[in-house]
Amino acid sequence: MSTVAPSTRVELDYTGSERLTMNMGPQHPSAHGVFRAILTLEGEEVVGIDAMIGYLHRCHEKLAETLTYAQYPSIASKTDYVAAMTSEFAYVRAAEMIGKIEVPKRAQYLRVIAAELQRVASHLLWLGTWCLDMGGALGGGATVFLYCIREREFILDLFEALVGARLLYGFYQVGGVRYDLPPGWTDTCRETVDFIDRRIDEYQRMLEENPFFLVRTQGVGVVSRELAQEVGLSGPLVRGSGVNYDLRRTDPYSSYEDFDFRVPVETGGDCFARYRVRMVEFRESLTIVRQALEKLPEGPISSRPGLKSVAQIRIPKGEAYARVEGARGEVGCYLIADGGPKPYRMKWRGASFSNLAILPHIIPGHKVADVVAIMGSVDPVFGEVDR
Amino acid sequence: MTIAQARTLIAERFPGAQTAGDAPMVVTVPVDAWVPFARFAKETLGCRFFSFLSAVDWKEEGLEVVAKIDNVDEKLSLLLKTRLGPGVSACPSLTGVYKGADWMERECYDMFGIRFEGHPDLRRILLGDDWEGHPLLKSYAVDTPHPPFR
Repeated sequence: MSTVAPSTRVELDYTGSERLTMNMGPQHPSAHGVFRAILTLEGEEVVGIDAMIGYLHRCHEKLAETLTYAQYPSIASKTDYVAAMTSEFAYVRAAEMIGKIEVPKRAQYLRVIAAELQRVASHLLWLGTWCLDMGGALGGGATVFLYCIREREFILDLFEALVGARLLYGFYQVGGVRYDLPPGWTDTCRETVDFIDRRIDEYQRMLEENPFFLVRTQGVGVVSRELAQEVGLSGPLVRGSGVNYDLRRTDPYSSYEDFDFRVPVETGGDCFARYRVRMVEFRESLTIVRQALEKLPEGPISSRPGLKSVAQIRIPKGEAYARVEGARGEVGCYLIADGGPKPYRMKWRGASFSNLAILPHIIPGHKVADVVAIMGSVDPVFGEVDR
Repeated sequence: MTIAQARTLIAERFPGAQTAGDAPMVVTVPVDAWVPFARFAKETLGCRFFSFLSAVDWKEEGLEVVAKIDNVDEKLSLLLKTRLGPGVSACPSLTGVYKGADWMERECYDMFGIRFEGHPDLRRILLGDDWEGHPLLKSYAVDTPHPPFR
């Protein structure tokens, strides 16, 4: 019989106040891209965060100065590659504002349909990945993720039938849109919209009847109304903090005033409030798509003739700031034209950049596991953060 | 607050400021009024939403700093501008007024080399610390060579 060896464990004189620096990223599954956070920990609690971004920086703003007004829109979709439609939208709107270019009513409606379907697709990806990040608490984690990805595929199929591409489209053009609806598309779209609408109810029940989900999101990552505005949060984040700011309502563009929809506002300011806002937005976007399909006017889809050369669009001297309500908030394009075929300067206001800037203000004081929940609730897309 | 009221208030408090347009209203102020004007816009005009801050390189005319702020409750939208003057690349920082100016000014420093005086942590944000030059300056050629794998 052997005797048990005496314990060699050494008790450290640990008081809990020693600080540990922990590196999270740049390759971390919850980053949904490349993001590095240098966390300073006291035990399990985060006391400091240095957010490092720029891993995906391509200098879109310099690139835009070298591309013509016809060339850049399809590149703009690479800023926010999860909601590519809305990025193109902001750029072409800025060019149209400077050039005072009319957009036919049918094109405006098609733009709305594409943008709203894109919002649903983007929110589906957000919901799935966020629940995956929070892991085991949600029935094995991957359940919601796989459901959401399945639904998103239906929307990508619609885009594929419309544009020919699934992720990066080039659908928006200065003066209108590039393609009209193919035959039968409207019916498929209606079916898809009804289908997703039913599914969203199911997911909401799955999550909100799950106490683990509530514990991990309620009261976590609270952003006050004041802080949200000062940092420049937009989209579901600012509306989750009690600010009624939706550009589709406050500054309507592309015929959004024709549609009847609600703008959800929650006052909690926590991860759960942001989740609730997005869950309502799903349904409102689907409502807008239904209305737009119903009222879709006949007519041309572009006010400009087909292009013979990429330098054909001439925008007069001037400047404009165009903003659209993307899935993540205010996507803005500040464009300065000097009368040539290319812009003089383009500033891209990425919603994710400003949204991510909230992290250093809210993360200290939370546990390490909450960092993942908070970051997921911010829904950053690093193509748009780094541009 | 209507746009007309805002314009009157601006003219009273900042006679040196020029205003133009409605949506957004473009307000051009001298560089020494940059921070006082932002504070006035936040506190008196209620522009608490900080949208973005950037710059434009007007070549020999020098750099221009641009900031966009909003009063989201009353739909007042301001685009602030200030000219730094030829050869000048220093500007007072708005971080004391808007927390969102922190990352925006770091990006602006990264891209244009503008030193924001009073910024608590002015370092590059998108490019690496060892990057040479500031890419959005017009003097920086698009094809400037740089070592691979940066």
